[in-house]
Amino acid sequence: MSESRSEVPVVRVDLSGVRRRLDGTQGRTYWKSLEELAQTPEFLEFLHREFPSQASELTDPKGRREFLTLMGASLALAGLTGCTKQPEEKIVPYVQAPEQVVPGKPLFFATAVLDGGYAKGILVESHLGRPTKIEGNPDHPASLGATDACGQAWVLGLYDPDRSQTLSYRGEIRAWSDFMAAMRDALGVQRPRQGVGLRILTETVTSPTLAAQLRELLADLPAAKWHQWEPTGGAVAAVGQAIGHPGSVQYHFDRAEVILSLEADFVVDGPASLRYAREYTARRKRPGEQPMNRLYAVESTPTLTGAIADHRLPLRPSEMEGFARAVAGAVGGGAASPGPEGVAAAWVTAVAKDLKAHAGRSLVMAGDYQPPAVHALAHEINQWLGNVGQTVVYGAPVEAQPVDTMASLAELAADMKAGRVEVLLVLGSNPVYSAPADLEFTSAMDRVKLRVHLGLYEDETAVHSHWHIPQAHPLEAWSDARAYDGTATIMQPLIAPLYDSARSAHEVLAALSSRPDRKGHDIVKDFWRTQLGGDFEPRWRRSLHDGLVAGWTGTVGVAAAAVPAPALAPPPTAASPARPPAAGALEILFRPDPTIQDGRYSNLGWLQELPKPITKLTWDNAALISPATAQRLGLENSQVVELRYRGRTVKAPVWTLPGQADDTVTVHLGYGRTGAGRVGNGAGFDANLIRTSDAPWSGAGLELAKTSETRALACAQDHWSIDQNAEPRHLIRSVTVDEYAKEPEAIKEQAEDPPRDLTLYPSVKYAGHAWGMSIDLNSCVGCSACVVACVAENNIPVVGREQVAKGREMHWIRVDRYFSGRPEHSETIRAHFQPLPCMHCENAPCEQVCPVAATVHSDEGLNEQVYNRCIGTRYCSNNCPYKVRRFNFLLYQDWNTESLKLQRNPDVSVRSRGVMEKCTYCVQRIEQARITAHNEGRGIRDGEIQTACQSVCPTQAIVFGDVNDPASAVSRLKAEHRDYALVGELNTRPRTTYLAEVKNPNPELAGPAGPGSEHHG
Amino acid sequence: MPQTFHRSTNTLSKVSIFGALFLVLGSLFAIAEINRSGYVTQAGIAREQPVPFSHQHHVGGMGVDCRYCHTTVETSATAGLPPTKTCMNCHSQIWSQSPTLEPVRASFRSGRSIEWTRVHDLPDFAYFNHSAHVSKGVGCTTCHGPVDRMPLMWQYSSLQMEWCLDCHRAPERYVRPKEEVFSVSWQPPADQLEQGRALVQAYGIQTRTSCSTCHR
Repeated sequence: MSESRSEVPVVRVDLSGVRRRLDGTQGRTYWKSLEELAQTPEFLEFLHREFPSQASELTDPKGRREFLTLMGASLALAGLTGCTKQPEEKIVPYVQAPEQVVPGKPLFFATAVLDGGYAKGILVESHLGRPTKIEGNPDHPASLGATDACGQAWVLGLYDPDRSQTLSYRGEIRAWSDFMAAMRDALGVQRPRQGVGLRILTETVTSPTLAAQLRELLADLPAAKWHQWEPTGGAVAAVGQAIGHPGSVQYHFDRAEVILSLEADFVVDGPASLRYAREYTARRKRPGEQPMNRLYAVESTPTLTGAIADHRLPLRPSEMEGFARAVAGAVGGGAASPGPEGVAAAWVTAVAKDLKAHAGRSLVMAGDYQPPAVHALAHEINQWLGNVGQTVVYGAPVEAQPVDTMASLAELAADMKAGRVEVLLVLGSNPVYSAPADLEFTSAMDRVKLRVHLGLYEDETAVHSHWHIPQAHPLEAWSDARAYDGTATIMQPLIAPLYDSARSAHEVLAALSSRPDRKGHDIVKDFWRTQLGGDFEPRWRRSLHDGLVAGWTGTVGVAAAAVPAPALAPPPTAASPARPPAAGALEILFRPDPTIQDGRYSNLGWLQELPKPITKLTWDNAALISPATAQRLGLENSQVVELRYRGRTVKAPVWTLPGQADDTVTVHLGYGRTGAGRVGNGAGFDANLIRTSDAPWSGAGLELAKTSETRALACAQDHWSIDQNAEPRHLIRSVTVDEYAKEPEAIKEQAEDPPRDLTLYPSVKYAGHAWGMSIDLNSCVGCSACVVACVAENNIPVVGREQVAKGREMHWIRVDRYFSGRPEHSETIRAHFQPLPCMHCENAPCEQVCPVAATVHSDEGLNEQVYNRCIGTRYCSNNCPYKVRRFNFLLYQDWNTESLKLQRNPDVSVRSRGVMEKCTYCVQRIEQARITAHNEGRGIRDGEIQTACQSVCPTQAIVFGDVNDPASAVSRLKAEHRDYALVGELNTRPRTTYLAEVKNPNPELAGPAGPGSEHHG
Repeated sequence: MPQTFHRSTNTLSKVSIFGALFLVLGSLFAIAEINRSGYVTQAGIAREQPVPFSHQHHVGGMGVDCRYCHTTVETSATAGLPPTKTCMNCHSQIWSQSPTLEPVRASFRSGRSIEWTRVHDLPDFAYFNHSAHVSKGVGCTTCHGPVDRMPLMWQYSSLQMEWCLDCHRAPERYVRPKEEVFSVSWQPPADQLEQGRALVQAYGIQTRTSCSTCHR
């Protein structure tokens, strides 16, 4: 934690200089970081040198040795490469060819990834039995063909070499039969006492099969207890409290015209986020042709939903309830509550008026991490507006047993502490790491006589257990799960378990039943036999094929009765919540990490290296703090502080985040792991150490003490910055609906593209296809799923924290995040996202400088990189105005780990060191589509080629196709007035163009948050 | 002042200048030829196999169609190597006791694959697709040679990039009617260029020479 590395610069920013600079600008400015505004030397280094600090290899003693070794080896090997003959290879055909398997053609199988226990439907690409890539299942209601960043990384999770591989008892390898014997003995003791000492801890369970197994077990041992722990859960209990009985809630963003989010990050967070993001952005496409929805976001810490909102208001967590109550009062016409003051007061009036004007067509949503009171108020407002049944629909519970998992874990911890637990079975969860500190879970757990843990990794909980059973990855085991709306998916394995001793939760639970040897397949199939009834086999096969069980709505034990609408609550009374703490007192917010969540994905390098959508930090978490508060407290980026909260402390580096509510500190969970594996261990700090169970998501009373330490963070926000110092480049273009209606041409006219013939090079005609891409900035929510999808599709290596700090991450597509507004005024801050793959310029500057013609143009307009010709001069990247080229400085690709080889896409070359690479527009998919079409004697259809980033995108912001075909989707988008080329004034003629952002601000709130305005006071 | 160099130095220097030029050109030519030779490309070298499978016997003698064994040649990138089961379709009845075929029977009994030695081995960065070529009238023998006269399989073509481009730049020189693709006896007609041009037109063959056609 206290390490300080010389090669990762610690950045100091002078906020007054920033202010002076912004005062000097006119109109809108977009900036990537405070460092950019202050023009720090570090930022300029990243700006002017595509790959800064490459010479540092020679000064860092460890790096220098490595460098000399590599150089020596290169010289030696370079001489030998000319003499090699291809080694003899073997072909190993099948003995009996399995049906349907055609070598060279992937198969796709439907299953699901889990998000907080809920299913998101996927199709998994399988090459000769190896799952290599995950795509969304278009037929699944929670996917609609898209996936999220974490879901994309599941395939890496399957092949993670750090997964636990053997069943063990106190660290010694044992056989499954030994475990069964131990269970038999333990149950022999428990059964006469009705299982009074038995506790089972699971994560959130939506699996009907697992629920049935648990119920059967509890019927058998009625005194045993089933607990659930979901570190990022909690919303279900709050919904249940709000509507008065267990239930679920679905929102219909397609019907909502005005939306108020109370820190509901619905575009990326939660089991329905993919659907919600699609429905929300569908109403923001083709502005001018359809009325646009309007989104108000009130939040304490910047979320992606807040970033894309039309209006955004930062409030401290303690002010949220007061705000919601005031809106409820204004909407319901009840007694006026002592509402918030200042900006928030204007907000209450304007938002309530707008909501009332769209009664029945509006939507108020409280975030998962809001207290039950805010949820209750949100549901009340929806009732008063008549939104229930329209945009807000209540349904039967989806979870097998909806509980407040924090309370459930606390009860378990209390029982263990009191010595009432004799056998503890932990299925999949990692409470020793993730439990809040006040539960003292670990010491309580140590009092249990027999502790059994089933998990993917030998994690913190495994270390504290007697028995550890390696869990079969969900891509290699039979199971089932339900989506946010109750749709069930039968999860089928793509591959036999990589490790023989791996078991699924179903198989471990079966070990406690009367039929202990049942296999996962039989357990799941037998359950569905009872559900699907007659004509079972065809329905079973159909369900597996489709990825969902059509026509099944029932839950085990709970009749899927019509759910009563909650009684209409009286208008909120004046009873106001406790007064928020005085300004200046710090409040703390706990949030799951945007990429590795609660730590369950800690060991997945793809997610660790994915820049977090808003902070752009990689490989670390930090104490996020607003620039104004940082200045008030005299704190700088990377400075390590001690967070003191309720008698507990943890050390954390500070990171200033524009847009964070003043006087609040956000810490992300999931870091500071010790049992994650080689990738996840040692990254960041553990926020669970100061988290308490009574206020799991926020609380007041945080104290912050400076230390003399620093921890330099690997932040990608300034990497690959496009130079705007010489002249404004208008990279982000954003207008309001009204401005767009008045002057649609104004977007294009912000910069002048030179005439097409203004070039010394001969003009090229593209007679056949001409591939191009359109990226809609109004639809992009910044989720970065495209980055992970590209990594998975194109065999892109993970480079590690130190290399990221040097600006050497290899991602072919990056999502540039720009801020606008005044950093010292949180309420003015807006974020803008710009995914940036290779532009495939028709006049590509990179091609003209390559001495060996390693980057050339194809007859269809692709800018191609030929790895075998590349000698690594890096001139091309030096000449690329978009900075989209990536160079393999070292041998980043793992050529040795067997399990990782299985993941690679066989249709894409695996690059070695010394080679430049970049986005290819997924040329392997283009060629595959072409061959398929030609073999069938037809042309390539529009939409037949989906690039990896396009197919993963939840909001369909990326569209790829033939720009020579005027009827193609991409041509129609490029014909919109808001289409513009990035840095088109350089006459690069990029094939990738952008659709400008169009915001729909409320004229009554024009001011702090309106995108078209500069800051007011 | 006497001449420093003898008169013959003139001749000597002329000869050595031209000689050096010829030496350089000659060695470049030699290197190129060595690179094109079977020593480097492995073309023309019959490979040992665990079972001495004879295409000459099966294709030339028995007239077995290419696709009986190479089943995916029309649909996939790879032509496909037959599973042991395909061998056993016939050889459970004929030559069922032959000691030569013992590895085949052993494979079928044990479920362990026969490990054949690859004859046509493209580098991993070249992505060749059989189906694309077969569906456009490129015959098997155009690349694989007179398979029906090969007792043990050997590589007929160099498989070097210049060889690929030779056809990709001018497919009319090699293309044949689709119905003749699997014929081992087809010979180019006298007016191949003319017929080839018509076929290129009819089949919509593109002369694709962009790098990403084969390298990704």
